[in-house]
Formats: sequence, C-alpha cells, structure tokens
Amino acid sequence: METLFFLIVAAIAVIASILVITNKNPINSALSMILTFLCLAVLYVMLEAPFMAAIQVIAYTGAIMVLIVFVIMLLNVRTESVRRGKHAIFLSSMTGILMLVLTFTVIGRSSLTGMKGAVDTAMLTKYGHTELIGKYLFTDYILPFEIVSILLLAAMVGAVILAKKKL
Amino acid sequence: MEILGLPLIYYGAMILKVLVAFVFVLLTVAYATYAERKLIGFMQVRIGPNRTGPKGLLQPIADGIKLFFKEEIIPAQANKFAFVIAPLVSLIPAFISFAVIPFGDSITFAGYKIPLQIAGYTDSTGSILDVNVGVLYILAAASMGVYGIVLAGWSSNSKYSLLGGLRASAQMISYELTVGLTIVCVFMLSESLSLQTIVANQAGLFGWYIFRNPFIFVAGIIFFIASLAELNRTPFDLPEAETELVSGFCTEYSSMKYAMFFMAEYANMVTASAVTTTLFLGGWHGPFHPVINFVGKVYFLLFVMMWIRATYPRYRYDQLMSLGWKCFLPIALFLIMGNAFWITLFK
Repeated sequence: METLFFLIVAAIAVIASILVITNKNPINSALSMILTFLCLAVLYVMLEAPFMAAIQVIAYTGAIMVLIVFVIMLLNVRTESVRRGKHAIFLSSMTGILMLVLTFTVIGRSSLTGMKGAVDTAMLTKYGHTELIGKYLFTDYILPFEIVSILLLAAMVGAVILAKKKL
Repeated sequence: MEILGLPLIYYGAMILKVLVAFVFVLLTVAYATYAERKLIGFMQVRIGPNRTGPKGLLQPIADGIKLFFKEEIIPAQANKFAFVIAPLVSLIPAFISFAVIPFGDSITFAGYKIPLQIAGYTDSTGSILDVNVGVLYILAAASMGVYGIVLAGWSSNSKYSLLGGLRASAQMISYELTVGLTIVCVFMLSESLSLQTIVANQAGLFGWYIFRNPFIFVAGIIFFIASLAELNRTPFDLPEAETELVSGFCTEYSSMKYAMFFMAEYANMVTASAVTTTLFLGGWHGPFHPVINFVGKVYFLLFVMMWIRATYPRYRYDQLMSLGWKCFLPIALFLIMGNAFWITLFK
C-alpha cells in the first residue's frame, strides 16, 4: 500500500520535473515546478519528517515560487520560440549520456555500509520531528546555524543597498 | 471485520465526522453570504435580501442555482488551462486547512474515543493523535491559496485582472510574515505545534492565550488584522477593488467559476476565524457544550469581519505596504521578545 502510494507520488514528481524543462510557456514551467515541490513534501511526510514537509511547502511553494511567478508575470515573458541548432542537440545529448553512464558507474561501484545516525524512527515518534530539529539546531549545531543566519543577514543588507542607491 | 486493529464501525464514525464537518462548513459558507448582505443592510439602514423564502432565507440557494445555470465565458486570448484550474486552486486550500482544526472535545462512540478534528484519530492504546505540525500545515495551506488569485489574474489576459493578481500576491506575501511571527508567540506558550495540545493548554476562565499576558493580547489582535489582509477582505480588499479595478482578478470570470472564487473567500473567512479561535480564543473551551462554544466564537469573529466591512473604507496600496512592513512586522518582532521576557520572569 505504502509502496504503491510512493510510486504514484514519485511518478508525478518525475513527470512534473520533466515538464518543467519541456514546457515552452514559463508560467506552465513554474506550475510544474510547484507540483514537483508538493510531491517532495509528500515524500518528506512518508519519511516521517513532517516539519521538513511543512517548511518545504511554506518556503519553496509558498514564497520562492510565488516570487518567481510574480517576476514572470511582471516581465510578461512570452512563449519561447527557440530555433534548435543541430550542434546544441548533439552536444547536450552527449553530455546527458555521459552523466547517465557516470551515475550508473558510481551506483554500481558503491555499496551500502549500514551506518546509522543517532536519530531513528523510534526516536522520531517519541520526541517528534520538530522538537528534535530544534534541540539539535540550538545545541550541537548552534555555530553553523548562527553563521548561516549572519550570511542571510549580510545578503539581505546587500540586497537592500543594491536596490536602493539613496538611503 | 477489522482494519489495523480497529473495527469497521470506528472508520464509519470517522467518515461520518468528516462528512458532517464538511457539510457544516459548506452551509456556513452559503449562509455567511446571506448574513453579510443582511447585516450590512441593517448597518446601512436598508433591509437586505427579503424576497426569496421567509425573511429571504432561501437567497443563497437561489444565488447558487442562478450562478450554476449562467453562461460560462472563457476569453479568447486567455490561457485556457490556467484559467480553468485557478478557481479550483483557490477553493481547495480554503477547505483543506480546516482539516487540522479541533472543533470540539472528543466524543465516545461505540466504546471508542473519536476526536472532533478531521485529521485527528485514536491509536490502539486510546490516546488521541493529530498532525503534530498542525499550525505549520495551516500556514502551508494558506500560502498555497495565493496561486489561485495569481493564476486567475495572469491567465485572464486582461489588465484589470493582472493588476489585481499582482496586488494580491504582493499583499499576501507581506502579511504572511506577520501572521507567522504572531503565531510564534503562541508556540512559546504552548511549546507544541499540535493544535490538540494548544487547545488543551487553554482550559479555564483566563486560560485563553489572548488573556495570558499583554504581549500576546496585542499579538492576537495583529494576527486577526493580518488574516484579514491575507483574505483580501475590507479594508484590505485591494485585489478586487471595484472602484478602480472593476473586480480585480475575477473580472473575466463568470458562472460557476466566479462562484468558486466567491466560495473560496467565504471559506477562507471561516477558516481564519476558526484558526484565530483555536490559537488565541481558547478553541472549544467555554461555558457551554464544546462544539457550541467553538461555533459561537467562530460566528462572532465572522460577524466582526462583516462589521469591519460595513465600517471601514479601503486602504491605499502604499499605506497597506507600509502598514505591513513598517508597522506590523517590527511590532510582531517586539512582541516575541516581550513575550519571552514575560514567560521567563513570571513562570
């Protein structure tokens, strides 16, 4: 039952992500991307990571994609009519095939070590996903967390300075 | 016959619960339109709808039938796919956020405890479980709602619709931040994201979160105002400001598609009232039967929304933005700090 559900959601995710690059209309591409993100959120829930799922929907689908759709609407990007060069098709398909070979080689050579971290399913159900993330974020990983937040702050200040010359 | 250790009658009761709750929300949505017209009528010394049925009570049904049989027009230059799915995208998030809201204490049915919350269930030991990120789920559903309006605005291929859609998306992104930050004040008191726990913590006369300390009182009021902005209700109804944008994002819509936008607006009103009730006004706690308490509080907040619509004029766009970013956002950040100090000092 669970495997079937996973397969359906995964199939939708893959098809939607293919549609992102094949769609000629930028808005339809953005919509397919939203669908991909929603499928990823479902997969997070299946992995017992409800907090990740909620944040995925709030941050990616709810904020970032809205901004992207917003920009596409404002710029009024028309449907792309690309002339396809033969060199481009040849080179890109060669790159694709090489990447595929590389991926399969790496998967074939590697083996599962069976290593496991401190957090497992039993711990997740006992303490809750959000609580565990909060605990680790503010104890063991406080330094990286603060560094990331300072980086974000710097980016924000930079964006404000760039957007507004006269302050 | 048993599935996962529970008898079929348990599942039957759960499905019945979902159906009853959904039908009740739909009826509330239908009669909220009637109540709004009637109330604003009285407030403006008019009579309001009074022709269809006794006291005009059949008006929502007549409106529904009328909209259902109207001709459906899709503009020739519109993006058909986006134009058709936009009303659906706007209606579905309005209803799905209701799934995590507890609308009453659990009831015992055939020896099993049934929590009155659509996404709540009882496990084999008899303890009640619900979505443990319930509040984030509501925020996520609310953030999906903006797509309906944006898509409608863009796909109609009309300047009024586009302007309405742009306004709506900017407004909803801005006020989502304020909503999120004011909810943080509730998290600090409840120490949980599960709505069952949040409601269970608010028992007693002054147990409601809004009465716990002055900071969260202000946070509750700001949350309600910011929800109004997210709902595109007066005084923040710029996306469909009829004096300047004809009807904003739904200018080109007709028939059932227009009705779906209309339903989405009222369903969102019901959901926002229910969320405010659950987070700040003690959920189903109160003097009467839990369900009656909850419904009473929700209806009161709905009344306040209609009252505000009859009272206030519309904000200007720059005023709306400066209110959101320069006023509500700093205040919400201050409230989080103040709330933290209060909790540490008086615990």
